[in-house]
Amino acid sequence: MVYEVIVAGKQHRLELDRAGTGWQCRLDGKEIHVDAVLPRRDVLSLIVEGHAFEIKREQTATDLHMWVGSSRYAVELRDPRSLRARQGLTQDEKGPRKIVAPMPGRVVRLLVEEQSEVETGQGILVVEAMKMQNEIKSPKKGTVKKIVPAVGATVNAGDVLAIVE
Amino acid sequence: MFKKILIANRGEIAVRVIRACREMGIATVAVYSDVDRPSLHVRKADEAYPIGPAQASESYLRIDKILDVARRSGAEAVHPGYGFLSENAKFAQACADAGIKFIGPTPHSMRMMGSKTSARQHMEKAGVPFVPGTARGLTSAEEAEEAAARVGYPVMLKAAAGGGGKGMRLVHGRAELKAALESAQSEAQSSFGDNEVYIEKAIVNPRHIEMQVLADEHGNTVWLGERECSIQRRHQKVLEEAPSPIVDSDMRRRMGEVAVKVAQAANYTNAGTVEFLVDQQKNFYFLEMNTRLQVEHPVTELTTGLDLVHLQIRIASGEKLPFTQADVSIRGHAIECRIYAEDPDNNYFPSPGKITLLLLPSGPGIRRDSGMYEGWTVPMDYDPLLAKLISHGTDRNQAIMRLQRALYEYFVAGIKTNISLFRRILRDADFQAGKLDTGYLDRLLAKPNDEAGANPQETGIAAIAAGMFAVLDPASSIANSGAASVPIAASSNWKQKGRAEALR
Repeated sequence: MVYEVIVAGKQHRLELDRAGTGWQCRLDGKEIHVDAVLPRRDVLSLIVEGHAFEIKREQTATDLHMWVGSSRYAVELRDPRSLRARQGLTQDEKGPRKIVAPMPGRVVRLLVEEQSEVETGQGILVVEAMKMQNEIKSPKKGTVKKIVPAVGATVNAGDVLAIVE
Repeated sequence: MFKKILIANRGEIAVRVIRACREMGIATVAVYSDVDRPSLHVRKADEAYPIGPAQASESYLRIDKILDVARRSGAEAVHPGYGFLSENAKFAQACADAGIKFIGPTPHSMRMMGSKTSARQHMEKAGVPFVPGTARGLTSAEEAEEAAARVGYPVMLKAAAGGGGKGMRLVHGRAELKAALESAQSEAQSSFGDNEVYIEKAIVNPRHIEMQVLADEHGNTVWLGERECSIQRRHQKVLEEAPSPIVDSDMRRRMGEVAVKVAQAANYTNAGTVEFLVDQQKNFYFLEMNTRLQVEHPVTELTTGLDLVHLQIRIASGEKLPFTQADVSIRGHAIECRIYAEDPDNNYFPSPGKITLLLLPSGPGIRRDSGMYEGWTVPMDYDPLLAKLISHGTDRNQAIMRLQRALYEYFVAGIKTNISLFRRILRDADFQAGKLDTGYLDRLLAKPNDEAGANPQETGIAAIAAGMFAVLDPASSIANSGAASVPIAASSNWKQKGRAEALR
């Protein structure tokens, strides 16, 4: 098995082959013998040259993280044989900017109307989650082109709340 | 003794009370909203009844529905937990009218203490020292401006019915006052169903220390030692400990005696907490009395060896306190972490969602009071408190070491939690030295995070682990390949806001 793994922004080449009861790894060309057991889903016990590690895997729709002890590492795993496009999305700083909900919640108030001029950092609407009211602010100076949810609407993390241009 | 008790609450505190009842051989009745059908308290109780939609005002705050369940199930008493109806005198009165015992103080004591404005008026009469401000709610922005000018900025706006930092705002000057008043009133209305807000002079960076009291219905009142609760964010307690690192036995006795005087002035019965602000000269001022069991009661239980919920139930059933003040002694040290569903990388905003993995700490000196389990979806409709992790040691240092070890074992995935925050607090030199005040946590968060950065050995282990997971668990293999994290405009904005807030 051959993978390209990006950990904390740095790319590594990883080869894994069965070797007896364990695995022979080649990480960026370096040979390492690894014993690996998956005691339950998302938990991996690794022994590398006598050192034991408990690794926890956390997956969301957009991210993959490996926890080594109490440290969290953002990881991307790719099969180099796949033809998947590797270019990440880029955000245009100048054009319209979407404001998305940072957490699920309920819209309790709109602070401006559509087509209003707003300053950077000016509040656009208020979302309540778990009894906290959080003001969602404009990331840039411009015109509020659209406010998507109505007062009382329930929003999920990542939903577009407003567009400022 | 009661045969059956209804628990008018949810989450970890409902589970805590159900456990005490089971230990005492008392049957339990849970109530739940639509979104709480899968919640842990429903699974632990002997009986469970639905009381309506997710919104608390239509379920956990509905006195009529809860009393209807009490009648139908034949419960003789109601334990209100904390939050929701726990400090609602109308509820206590409605229970009394229905012939159901409310496990807590009388409606009269609650009215006297439950409204902070009324408590201030009564304590003034009883000669208890308190912080200057208005003793009545504010009716207009103009009135607020006059009152603030009189006591001098900075001032604190507080919900009269408040607690837990809801409906509370620190105001530095006149320009901020109107907006702060409106948002405090609106938050107070949605949290407590009462928008009364008053003004108090803000004591800058005080300590927040509270004293547990217990009173039976035969005139006996005792104090059970203090809890240091200075570590707060947005006026919400985050970590509490007992005893306080700055309180010696003489100060403890003096605070205890004032707390007993406060309780007696209110004819108080059952468990209660007298909160004090303590200034840098160790003067203490009465802040308010919480007429309920506190979230942080376990640190008192561990240091006194008492079970406060058992005692609450025994007092409510008419028993006398089984000990006197002279029998109370403080042993060792206990520290509690409030595990919240919030995102440390996103200014600690709430993070409801499904718990996909939960690894639990255990071992010597560790107690967990929890309302969560793996596979449960944390609803967005309630307070973000998931669980409490409490350590107990022979001294403060051992309690810290045990807690650090337990936090190393604790792991929650699927939702974000503040577990990493506790690691940071516990290794901080000022925390370890006991140098705390209510500004402590904001100062800590304003400092660069001293968490060790990417370690080359661990980076390699993470890379190997990612590959091993893909090989050993192919069903979930490389679903994430190429998933670029979208640099959302709002995200950096939240971080900026967080930094700005932390610097205040």
